[in-house]
Amino acid sequence: MTGRRLASGGSRIDRARPISVRFDGRDLEAFEGDTFASALLANGVVGGFRSPILGRPRGIVSAGAEEPNAFVAVLEPWTDVIVPATLMSAVDGLVAESRPGVGTLVETADRREPRRQHRHVETLVVGGGIAGRAAAVEAAARGDRVLLVDEGAVIDDPPTGDDVTVLPNATALGVYDAGYVVIHERTPDLERVWHVRARNVVLATGTLERPIAFAGNDVPGVMLAGSVAAYVERFGVGPGERAAVFATNDWGLGVAEVLAAAGVEVVRTIDARAGERVVAADGDGALERIVVLDAAGREGSFEADLLAVSGGWNPNLTLWRSIGGDLTYDAARSCFVPRSGPGSGPAWLSVAGAAAGEVPESEPLWVVAEGEDADKFVDLQRDQTVADVAAALGRGLRSVEHVKRATYIGTAVDQGRTSGVLAAEIVNHLLGEDPGAQGPSGARPPYAPVSFAALAGPFAGDRFDPARTTPMHAWHLEHGAAFEDTGQWKRPRYFAPGGEPLEEAVERECLAVRNAVGAMDASTLGKIEVVGPDAPAFLDRMYTNRMSNLAVGSIRYGVMLGLDGMVWDDGVAMRVAEDRYYVTTTSGGAANVLDRFEEWLQTEWPDLRVFCTSVTEQRAVVAMNGPRARDVLAAVGTDVDLSSETFPFMTFRDGTLAGVPARLARVSFSGELAYELHVSSWHGLAVWEAVLAAGEPFGIRPYGLEAMDVLRAEKGFFIVGQETDGTVTPADLGMDWIVNPSKGDFLGRRSLRRSDLVRPDRKQLVGLLPEDPAALLPEGAQLVLEDTGRIPMPMSGFVTSSYRSPALDRTFALGLLEAGHAMHGRTVYAPLPEGTIAAKVIPPAFYDPEGERRDG
Amino acid sequence: MLLIPCPWCGPRDEREFRYGGQAGIDYPADPDSLTDQEWADFLFMRENPKGAFAERWFHTAGCRRWFDAVRDTVTYAFGATTPPPVDPGEPDR
Repeated sequence: MTGRRLASGGSRIDRARPISVRFDGRDLEAFEGDTFASALLANGVVGGFRSPILGRPRGIVSAGAEEPNAFVAVLEPWTDVIVPATLMSAVDGLVAESRPGVGTLVETADRREPRRQHRHVETLVVGGGIAGRAAAVEAAARGDRVLLVDEGAVIDDPPTGDDVTVLPNATALGVYDAGYVVIHERTPDLERVWHVRARNVVLATGTLERPIAFAGNDVPGVMLAGSVAAYVERFGVGPGERAAVFATNDWGLGVAEVLAAAGVEVVRTIDARAGERVVAADGDGALERIVVLDAAGREGSFEADLLAVSGGWNPNLTLWRSIGGDLTYDAARSCFVPRSGPGSGPAWLSVAGAAAGEVPESEPLWVVAEGEDADKFVDLQRDQTVADVAAALGRGLRSVEHVKRATYIGTAVDQGRTSGVLAAEIVNHLLGEDPGAQGPSGARPPYAPVSFAALAGPFAGDRFDPARTTPMHAWHLEHGAAFEDTGQWKRPRYFAPGGEPLEEAVERECLAVRNAVGAMDASTLGKIEVVGPDAPAFLDRMYTNRMSNLAVGSIRYGVMLGLDGMVWDDGVAMRVAEDRYYVTTTSGGAANVLDRFEEWLQTEWPDLRVFCTSVTEQRAVVAMNGPRARDVLAAVGTDVDLSSETFPFMTFRDGTLAGVPARLARVSFSGELAYELHVSSWHGLAVWEAVLAAGEPFGIRPYGLEAMDVLRAEKGFFIVGQETDGTVTPADLGMDWIVNPSKGDFLGRRSLRRSDLVRPDRKQLVGLLPEDPAALLPEGAQLVLEDTGRIPMPMSGFVTSSYRSPALDRTFALGLLEAGHAMHGRTVYAPLPEGTIAAKVIPPAFYDPEGERRDG
Repeated sequence: MLLIPCPWCGPRDEREFRYGGQAGIDYPADPDSLTDQEWADFLFMRENPKGAFAERWFHTAGCRRWFDAVRDTVTYAFGATTPPPVDPGEPDR
């Protein structure tokens, strides 16, 4: 191993501050200011990487974001799955491992907790080179707030000003509509994603030097000429000791002078414009020998360990193209430049400097004719060669886009920054077209690899999705609740304080409700106050039944339909005053129902004087069900007369309960005597605890969603989203009684007459009793009328809900079955891998079908 | 992400809004008088133009007002916006 640090030079490094880094188990000496790549080269690490598919030795090619080979995973002091060594600052103690263009998931959390930053500016400049800095200065001078970002660690001579922010180590990942740009900032101490909205975006993204495809062009030691110069000038590193330069342009050949001035021996320059060319680069793990043809066609060879290659420059237009910017071919410079004018990129986006095409002139040379095409690499990260491109064309492909899909050229981590234009020009060349006939394949974000953790920022773990909890949540946690998510709500599914299994807990909870009393936290019910002189007329138009003739103090169940006539949501309406209703919705549908109310009031019926206010969060609800519910309420203490004569089913009373204001509503989702206790959320926990304490002598139990589901299904009550899926009408549910066609128009009414909605063979809700009372039909199981044993069988329906009923001491189910209402008494079959279950079709009411239990 | 000019709040991120489809589809005055075909046209048939398109937006996470906006479906540029026909105002109490 030889040290390659030059005796002097290196504008970025501080030779007074040595640091130590570790690469694949080897300790390396470096200086502050080095990138990890310059540290590797300074220590003579020429190869050190492997190609992902062929496993060929590979070395550092570039000094920037176009790097196709030198990818590392960072293990200490922070963690990164995969990052180009050319863009990563070297810091003392850094430990990294090589990666063959493919990352390995890091299991430990990054010590840099990802952050997110939002910013609004008038001008965002991407790229901190000369053109970018000039654009930033100009924008600042006209009073703009300016953000200037660059992917490198250093922005030379940065513009200054009160409203100017300069952000190094920051890669613009994507440019989106209306000046929305996502930027990834990454330093050893910080990982942060910026979400920027800019009035103007200037892309000063510079150029990417392009390689030339010749045999052995992937051997470590073959580098891009501009990058070689960068290592010499910025980091005081000579990437080799015996160098050659192969270029199609003056600038590239000038790198020979940079090397010579730094004391690196330059053994040969090869000027493609004079007809000279490199026909092979050879070496065992690193460059040793270069074979050339001179202008007269004479072959010669010489020893070298560094070959600086310049095939010209491509304006770096990935971001420009990703938001609809077009390209046009500039023959003089043999490169693609942005096409300006209508239809090419949005008006707020501009391109400046070298990216706009201000690059030196260059001869077009994409492929050296001599040598084996299978040794001429086009995409180093995908291990694809000129022969692979030719093979794709040989299969009849003609479009660059198709060649990309066939070869995967341009799809690796580096997104084809060195290979995209090269591949396009090789396609043009092999098809006999002029250079530029086809441009590079399309570009899309992200511009550079970014982890999901970085994009998520702080919104991971508990902050990924906010959880909504009821006022009684702490009690549930303390009492062994297993939770179920309903939208963002955390709802107790069952209570198992002793860790009992679900079946045992649910049976206990169901029997408590049927035989004594149970209490459920129903606070997640959607609750909306609908107020105004036109509230009665408005609700008549929203629900299928009449709400305007509801007496004050009374409750009516209601169903809402989509305009297509399908069941959409349900709940009850309580008439609090002539001009005031309190309506409940499904827990998951609350926001949608409020949105819908507001939509129709604002857009179709602005003449209606109605206000809607969500009070879901303001009101806690205890649903108390069971024959002893009245006794418990009396024990809790209330000033409401609880007798069925003065407080009948489907009415409510406002009064006090446990010393706090409460609305007591006689609605039942179990068929038992039941009260919903609506109180202020502030009192929710106290009332819940008071109910459970007072209920103890009566055998009260808390119950969860699972028991509620069993209890309602025993009664044949449907649940929106369980028995319905957007294709089910009230008639399909056997609920024609809920539709009042004579009251005037309501949402969905006209659809109920559509021919498809009155077909007699529609799927209709039925009850299902398995012949084997222990057999549990799986929810979702398909139903057939005849079990032929041959697949496929014509399906006639499916199971929507299925439970074991402690009250019935058997299994039962609900399902949707074609012409189900006419099928009562028939047997249907659920063919399942573990055997067919036969079930008898009955009306969907299993328990107390006469409804004799609701008054206790 | 689109930048949507709410007529009440000014330009806001798309994530604050709910899309409401094509604008100017009035609910029929008398749905009963429509044939099945006419009702189905009202329910389901919408334009899908290339270029200017008048559509409805709901500022869900903002002022909670509906409005109409003209958007170019090619460039995504927003043109004129129109607030709802009448401010619902304060109901009588």
